[in-house]
Order: sequence, then structure tokens, then C-alpha cells
Amino acid sequence: MNLIEQLNKIFDNRVRLGIMSALMVNEEVNFNELKELLGITDGNLASHLKALEESGTIKVQKGFIGRKTNTTYAVTKAGEKAFKAHIAALEKMINSTK
Amino acid sequence: MSEQQQTLEELQHIKTMMERSSRFISLSGLSGISAGICALIGAWFAGRKINCWLNGDCGLNRLMRESDLQLLNDLIWIALITFAAALISAFFFTYLRSRKNNTPMWGAATIRLFWNTAIPIAVGGLFLIRLMQLGEFELVAPGCLIFYGLALVNASKYTLGEVRYLGYGQLVLGILNLWLIGYGLYFWAIGFGILHIFYGIVMWYKYERQ
Repeated sequence: MNLIEQLNKIFDNRVRLGIMSALMVNEEVNFNELKELLGITDGNLASHLKALEESGTIKVQKGFIGRKTNTTYAVTKAGEKAFKAHIAALEKMINSTK
Repeated sequence: MSEQQQTLEELQHIKTMMERSSRFISLSGLSGISAGICALIGAWFAGRKINCWLNGDCGLNRLMRESDLQLLNDLIWIALITFAAALISAFFFTYLRSRKNNTPMWGAATIRLFWNTAIPIAVGGLFLIRLMQLGEFELVAPGCLIFYGLALVNASKYTLGEVRYLGYGQLVLGILNLWLIGYGLYFWAIGFGILHIFYGIVMWYKYERQ
């Protein structure tokens, strides 16, 4: 059995791992908070968020605070399940190579 | 094996991201120590004022009603100044730590921590003001300790988990004080002074010592 195949390709990136980690423990996180947390540029973050959204892992809600746009992100049910499976696979990999 | 190393790093990255985004982790141990010292100084001033009132010195005549109000007024001022000094110094050390660690100090996690601490403290404050209006001064010191303890236990979910034990300590002192009325100032000094200093030293030793 190949353990690496159990890892989810969609999370195969530091930024995406960071986004998912933050969304797993918070009900919702907005764009600026994510940016500050991960310390990356707008464009970089936006493209990873787009990829996660298209895969159905996260959902996006556009809103306003006053006149400023406030886009928040939350994890979907399917995304939560996929991320948990991904972490379990990572754990299994470490344990098997011990 | 490098693959294992990489996997381990990824798991660690996930863990720190979860912590960073959901908990306020810049709380400095030095904040606890400085708040404790402020409390001890405040308690010392309050003790002196009360003694002075009991002895009838310093122009406060114990037998006159105005002197009661004067004492109360002075004690409230001492409490407010102590609270402000403790808060400012705690904020200062926490600010230094967050800058040193390069973790943002103001974010969703901080706001959550703030609200979850402020609600029990604000409710407790109103309750104690009403107690004082009704002349029930004996319950003010235990009330401070109990509401503060509850606030800390609640706050521990949103910051360093050890805050919970500081909260338990305050609660135990507050409850003991309910049956040892009249020693309020001592319990107050132990809870807000000595427990804070002890907690601060432990936290500093555990997380900040280099």
C-alpha cells in the first residue's frame, strides 16, 4: 500500500495547509486575517483560496463592513472531512517510518 | 529519512497555525509579575488608609459619618489607580513580547479573548457596585476574587491554558474569604498580588526564558 497516495493533493502546499488549519479551529476567518497569519501577498493567498474554493473544500461569503468589502472564508463539511483524512494520513506516514 | 522529516514539519506547521489563529499567545509572564506588584502596592496603601481611619489619625474621625464616605472614596480611588497601573503594565509587557515573537497582537483571537474576559468582569463590577450601595462592604473583596477567577477560567480557552489554574486559585481564595469576612484585604493581596507574581514567574520561566 502506498501511503503517499492517501495524501490529498489539494493540501499539498504550505499556504493551503495554513489556510485549512486556521479555518478548522475558527468558524470563519476573513481575508486580511489570513493574510496576516500566513504572511504572504494578496495575489498568492487569493489564488490558493480560489483553488480550495473550486475543489469544494471551503466556502466564501462576501460581505461589507461599512463600505469596505469583507470576504470571509469557512470550511465546508466535505473539506473538514478531507482535511482530517489528510492529517490522519500524515500521521500514519510518520508512524510507519519510525 | 527526509520524507518523514517533511511530514513531521507539516504536522507541526498545522499545529502552530491552529494555535496562532485561535488563541492569543503573546500574554507575557512579566505582565503577571507587574500586575501582582501593582496589586501589592495598592493593598499596602489601602491598608494604611484603613488603619489611619481606625486610629482616628489623619483627620478622619471614625465616629463621624463623613469620614466613612471619605474613606470609601479614597479606597475606590486607590482601587481604580491600581487597576489602571496593572492593566497598563500588563499591556506593555505583552506588547513587547508580541513584537519580539513577531505574532500579531491585535486580531480575531485577541478580540475573542477580550470579550470573554470583559463580560464576567463587567457583570461582577456592577454587582459589587450595587453591594457597596447597599452597604455590604464585607462581600466586596471575596466578590472581586470570585468574579475575577470566573473570568480567568473562561479566558483560558482563548489564551495560554495555564490561566485556568490562576483562575482556580482566585476562586478558592474568594470562597475561603466568604467565611473569613474581615480579612478581605489580606485575601485580596494574596490573590491579586502574590498569585499573579507566582503565576507570572512560572509562565516566564516556562515560555520566555532563553
